[in-house]
Amino acid sequence: MSRRLADVFVDARAENRAALIGYLPAGFPTADDCVALINAMVAAGVDVIEVGLPYSDPLMDGPVIQAAVERALLAGTTTDVVLDTVRRVTEAGAVAVVMSYWNPIEQYGVEEFAAGLAQAGGVGVITPDLTPEEAGPWIAATDRHGIDRIFLVAPSSTEERIATVASVTSGFVYAASTMGVTGARTTVSSGAGDLVARSRPLTQLPIAVGLGVSTGEQAAQVAQYADGVIVGSAFIRRVLDAPDADAAIEAVSGLAREMAAGVRA
Amino acid sequence: MAVMQEHEVVAGHYGPYGGRFVPEALTAALDQLDREFRSAIADPVFMARLHELERTYTGRPNPLTPARRFAEHCGGATVYLKREDLNHTGSHKINNVLGQALLAERMGKTRLIAETGAGQHGVATATAAALLGLECVVYMGEEDTRRQALNVARMKLLGAEVVPVTTGSMTLKDAINEAMRDWVSSVDQTHYVLGTVTGPAPFPEVVRTFHQVIGREARAQILEAEGRLPDAVVACVGGGSNAMGLFSGFIDDASVQLRGYEAGGSGVETGKHAARFAAGSPGVLHGARTYVMQDQWGQTVPSHSISAGLDYPGVGPEHAWLHDTGRATYAPINDDEAMEAFRVLCRTEGIIPAIETAHALAGAMRLGRELGPDAIIIVNLSGRGDKDVATAARWFGIDLGGAAGSALEIEMAEGR
Ligand SMILES: Cc1ncc(COP(=O)(O)O)c(C=O)c1O
Repeated sequence: MSRRLADVFVDARAENRAALIGYLPAGFPTADDCVALINAMVAAGVDVIEVGLPYSDPLMDGPVIQAAVERALLAGTTTDVVLDTVRRVTEAGAVAVVMSYWNPIEQYGVEEFAAGLAQAGGVGVITPDLTPEEAGPWIAATDRHGIDRIFLVAPSSTEERIATVASVTSGFVYAASTMGVTGARTTVSSGAGDLVARSRPLTQLPIAVGLGVSTGEQAAQVAQYADGVIVGSAFIRRVLDAPDADAAIEAVSGLAREMAAGVRA
Repeated sequence: MAVMQEHEVVAGHYGPYGGRFVPEALTAALDQLDREFRSAIADPVFMARLHELERTYTGRPNPLTPARRFAEHCGGATVYLKREDLNHTGSHKINNVLGQALLAERMGKTRLIAETGAGQHGVATATAAALLGLECVVYMGEEDTRRQALNVARMKLLGAEVVPVTTGSMTLKDAINEAMRDWVSSVDQTHYVLGTVTGPAPFPEVVRTFHQVIGREARAQILEAEGRLPDAVVACVGGGSNAMGLFSGFIDDASVQLRGYEAGGSGVETGKHAARFAAGSPGVLHGARTYVMQDQWGQTVPSHSISAGLDYPGVGPEHAWLHDTGRATYAPINDDEAMEAFRVLCRTEGIIPAIETAHALAGAMRLGRELGPDAIIIVNLSGRGDKDVATAARWFGIDLGGAAGSALEIEMAEGR
């Protein structure tokens, strides 16, 4: 039985640090290489893996993630491949959640997806374009299968909205640091700190910050006020820039170590 | 009979369709749009300003033209054309854009962004931006910038920035993705002028509301001309805005058939089409649940049509509900059938239609034969065909001599 998200955050807090969450789309650059990269990320100190479900219309993603998921889709990555990726990395010891736009889950079958993920050892799902208003069947299915549901809050969210989102969320609240799409930024928006501060009184759940974190220094900065630091595009950038699979593993491990040091700084 | 109005049970939903599937960052902006839209349409000052622009700028009301010679090709039925092509900028798109541009101004936003397929919506948005002194950026699939080059030039002349989109299928669907990404990042100053009755709530309702003038005018005009309601009203359906505008005037009249025609491309059986109802299934795309062209995993399947404005794998959620309830019926029209109707209208009425519109005309030719000579049919002539001259010339093998010819040939050579 995998550790749950709650356990990860409790352990991190006990060590007086933030948890490190790393994203990689399944099937990128290939199904096998993705598993190898994720295992390397875990070995280098990433606490939770977000396995991306590649989707044809990723409208919350910037150019780096778009390029990666396009490659994964061309390579034939299906939802079954995503679940298989989760199974392989959790068997190797990772704590894994899936990040997916809504339509692929709905087409797979809300119940079937929650069941399949639980069976594969996955512990949660991040749904960036599912709003609490549309989530009725999803809430029921994830409850039935013991899957954490991670919804997002944004700098534009009102307090009332944060409370609504938090009330249907479990595992952790995903705080989007900026108004924008995914992608590395030179600085992490100051809006992130404000958003976390506004969210604190409205939820007991851990709060993790994502969008734009690309260096250990930024991770350290975010770790001062957030319970988790989410890194995506920066890992993908390392893979895209690497000349071969071994170099990609080395580059990704290096970044993971830098980030892991950051969340402990 | 008024039952069709009751389908909007939960706000922003049409039966199981519609809703909001968007990043949380857009929730506040959509809430603001919803609030401002409702207060604006209840505000006599706002509505007076919109109606004034419709009259003095767009050129409304536009006529309902009897198409006697075209009607001979429609089984002898009586056919009228609702002349949205005579609007300023050349299509129905301006109706929605003026409404939304005034809303943007009301919300204190200084920048308009839009997606465009055929370029008509982009041109209309660039036009409204120029008129109101707003900044304007239009996203357009690179494939579409080639086949609708004339409209790219028009947008640039009007002062808009045109951003070619090179991701995915490089058509309307990808232009919407890019516009959404821009909007998430710039929502404080920017209003996204969505060009059709798709997207997250309240967009389908907002866009439909500003196009209702089409159906209102057509209904009064046909009663005036014929002393009775038509048997059918006909429109092409891309996202479905010109169709919703016309249908809305007759939706409560149970005797009036609502007929929508989507793009059959090379034929539904070839897989190269944009026939969401004939070959799609319910799913979520661009913020709403509706009929979508998708594979078994929920990945969007690229659409194909000779008409850039119908080349879209989704459709407005209200159409999805009208389809399921049977209040409206939808059928695909292939490229060749549309181009034949295009030719017939040119030769019989002296009107060059947009290729999008030609799908509705082909539908009327089929439907007229089905309903017979006693029937009265209104076709929404959603736009004029200037933008399509190069595509049509190539289709019909017209030899383009002279300077105009070489400009068109360059445009054609750059096309597919
Ligand atoms: C002339 C014309 N008709 C129809 C359409 C299709 O859009 P809708 O279905 O929203 O009316 C377009 C879109 O570009 C258009 O330019």
